[in-house]
Amino acid sequence: MLKPEILDPQGQAVQRALPRLGFDGVADVRQGKRFELELADPLDEAAIERVREMARTFLANTVIEDFTVRVEEPVHVRPEERL
Amino acid sequence: MTTRVGVVTFPGSLDDGDARRAVKLAGAEPVALWHGDKDLHQVDAVILPGGFSYGDYLRCGAIARFSPVMETIIEGARAGLPVLGICNGFQVLCESHLLPGALTRNDHLHFICRDQRLRVESTATAWTRAFADGQEITVPLKNGEGGYVADERTLDELEAEGRVVFRYLDANPNGSRRDIAGITNPQGNVVGLMPHPEHAVESLTGPGTDGLGFFTSVVGVVGELVAR
Repeated sequence: MLKPEILDPQGQAVQRALPRLGFDGVADVRQGKRFELELADPLDEAAIERVREMARTFLANTVIEDFTVRVEEPVHVRPEERL
Repeated sequence: MTTRVGVVTFPGSLDDGDARRAVKLAGAEPVALWHGDKDLHQVDAVILPGGFSYGDYLRCGAIARFSPVMETIIEGARAGLPVLGICNGFQVLCESHLLPGALTRNDHLHFICRDQRLRVESTATAWTRAFADGQEITVPLKNGEGGYVADERTLDELEAEGRVVFRYLDANPNGSRRDIAGITNPQGNVVGLMPHPEHAVESLTGPGTDGLGFFTSVVGVVGELVAR
């Protein structure tokens, strides 16, 4: 996510579009990115630290962006269940 | 001895050809450098040109920053090699942390393409010595993510140390903090700016020849280094 003090013109454009579509009451919109990483090896603290390192050096630009790393269980969905 | 100025081509670079041409018009020898080749081929200075390196994927300049050629350029820049980043090249320099701050989406969200007036705020860099302090120049500007941002402390530091090299005149085209169009590192060998001096080196194809000074500046600097 862009840091709070960094102007987010894309988020602002989205916010301005919402009332035109009848969605009122949204005071602010901030737009960010989400990366889903699937690890080949079992997850342990060292692996999570590697992911944080990835985020710090490459996935995020910490000059203007903050990031959080969250562990989620993979959801296996059979193709016919996707809808 | 002719000054050799390397121009890097990344996948998605657009203005490498114009940059090489500008180098030639300034009386130096352009040397094409390839993103996948670590070797700088004994160049005396390097230009990172405009364009959309690696499709601007992830963030502008974020992937280019980790290309093999950049490893050598970052090392060289820290040792005093003159490096000029134009537009996408400026973004690469910020992503490399050779220059502070970052370039973000234009505040009005439009891609902008126009002839832009700038004021040269510092002639104490390898790339601006041919100009006069306070000189006003016109060069093309064309980008979608040219808003220069940095925290207040960094901006104050840049101002105090005379490291704001160019400022936009007339209307601020992209929401850049303090109208900053270009900056330099403390040593003055690394310069980045959003506008495109390489498109203003011949009156036939540009708004004038104001951009030529960037390229003649570095020829002089390198000449001095060699003579020393």
